Amino acid sequence: MNNICVYCEIDGGIVSDVSLELISKAVKLAAELKCEVEAVAIGSDLKNIEDQISPYGAHIIHISDDKRLYPYTTLPHSAIFEHILKEQKPQIVLVGATSVGRDLAPRIASSLRCGLTADCTDLVIGEYFDPKTGKEYKNLLYQIRPAFGGNIIATIVNPETKPQMATVREGVMKKEGADKNFKSRINTVNPSKILDKVDFAVKIIERHIEARKVNLSGTQVIVSGGFGVGSKEGFSLLYELARVIGGEVGASRAAVDAGFAEHARQVGQTGVTVRPKLYIACGISGAIQHRAGMDGSAQIISINTDPEAPINSIADVAITGDLHSVIPKMIKYYKEQSK
Amino acid sequence: MAFRIIVLAKQVPDTRNICGDAMKSDGTVNRAALPAIYNPEDLNALEQALMIKDKYKDTEIIILTMGPPRAADIIRESIYRDADKGYLITDKRFAGADTLATSYVISKAVEKIGNYDLIISGRQAIDGDTAQVGPQTAEKLNLPQVTYAEEIISVGKGKIRIKRRLERGVEVVECTLPALVTVHGSASPCRPKNSKLFMKYKHAKTFTELQTIDDDYLNQTIRNKAYLNIEELTLDDLDCEFEKIGLAGSPTKVKIIENVILQGKDSKVIGDKDIDIKNLMHELITNHTLG
Repeated sequence: MNNICVYCEIDGGIVSDVSLELISKAVKLAAELKCEVEAVAIGSDLKNIEDQISPYGAHIIHISDDKRLYPYTTLPHSAIFEHILKEQKPQIVLVGATSVGRDLAPRIASSLRCGLTADCTDLVIGEYFDPKTGKEYKNLLYQIRPAFGGNIIATIVNPETKPQMATVREGVMKKEGADKNFKSRINTVNPSKILDKVDFAVKIIERHIEARKVNLSGTQVIVSGGFGVGSKEGFSLLYELARVIGGEVGASRAAVDAGFAEHARQVGQTGVTVRPKLYIACGISGAIQHRAGMDGSAQIISINTDPEAPINSIADVAITGDLHSVIPKMIKYYKEQSK
Repeated sequence: MAFRIIVLAKQVPDTRNICGDAMKSDGTVNRAALPAIYNPEDLNALEQALMIKDKYKDTEIIILTMGPPRAADIIRESIYRDADKGYLITDKRFAGADTLATSYVISKAVEKIGNYDLIISGRQAIDGDTAQVGPQTAEKLNLPQVTYAEEIISVGKGKIRIKRRLERGVEVVECTLPALVTVHGSASPCRPKNSKLFMKYKHAKTFTELQTIDDDYLNQTIRNKAYLNIEELTLDDLDCEFEKIGLAGSPTKVKIIENVILQGKDSKVIGDKDIDIKNLMHELITNHTLG
């Protein structure tokens, strides 16, 4: 019966955080819709993979295990995922907005002829009234995302087509506490019946996957810089502050686009979503896409020469001043008082 | 060896400059009210095609774009950089399309152009950042797709080798042709316009644009030179099912558009004097936020 289905991204035998976060979210949505959560695990050497997924509350896990299914390539994964979706007919499908998910989800949505919304920052169940047809719909998925340069927030619905598909970036949803005793039902999906020779049009010749150098989502203190930092050299001040107070350096999209910081440090809708204990925004004006990635921080300090900067409206402390003089003072007084 | 390459490019509103009246009441964007630019990653895509043409001179690059009449700029901008020709898909009946309806129409235009080895597009457009039209077009055409391409390493008989830029590393893949490739912004930037090509093609116009040229001599000159005519494709030229196009063919509906309203928090505003910063750091240490 029309459940919520989550695609699990698996690399090196590890189910990615974004997939587990989505299962946690799906469990909440399913409680509201009175349906179940199904997880899909496609890959190679998946023995005991359910041990990583079950604790988050997926009622059913579909497992398709074949040595040709790792590393991920588009066509074999979409063939199997599509097969499962056609069989199970879920009402909602959630996929991580990673380079895998953003490759897979649109292909699936196209072949199922259903709607897909990328990079949602929130998912809510609600009603919809179509003003053109006068039809009313209950229990639709609101797919909420900023659009057009962050000047607006759009709520998207797919009233007539199922499944309703959405991708969500890592860190946007919260991974809930795991229950080791939760048991999922396992459904084995035989890939050899589904896959065809033409599905192997793409061959992987080389693959260098690097461990993440920057781990923003796991950091408690983030010193983040925007375009206002002014230069790549200007960022060295932020690194110094982060080093002294024990944090990591983040950046806004404007700073990354300007080449001040590498993309892995980007906080926001198209970067990483963070929830640290302390977020220090230096020279960041605070566009909605940026705020979407950090407004869950426990405490926000903003340093900006412009007292009217939008970031100040969500800051706990707004320092009106030039970061180039404020940060050295922060370093100095932290060192002085932390002994 | 030579290849026939279709480059999908889009004219996008410069989303950095959206002003209040740029949205229509139905939630779609009033593109006419915004400055229009060549979508940045589509320029990266064009460069990859041009690099293949540098190597294999007889390669033909065909630009395919979809949008209002003024999107013909994209074709001119591409021809100034040595693309061979272009088609503009334009028809009010296609308006309001989401990525699914858009990719359907594009796939129909690609089928009409036909006989291609490769389709290249940017990974995503800055107005939506969805990265969906590439893979969806590939699916509609039943082609393999390679997304997040940073470099086309080599292209040969029935095969292409591509370096992909992923979040956490790189991958080199080999794919059979024909295929659809989407190019990441980390790929080589596009070359500038060539001044000779610019002089030759600056009057290239679509049929719709010709209607607005009152200068009879210029109008006639353009009409007489086939290379100055940019072809338009409307619904009548494409074999589309009516219920799959435009707003009606789009499964996603915009329920509501909300303007971003800043929610005021009780923020403490402080200055940058030494005593202010000293007190702040003291507070952060004593309440265990730091250390």
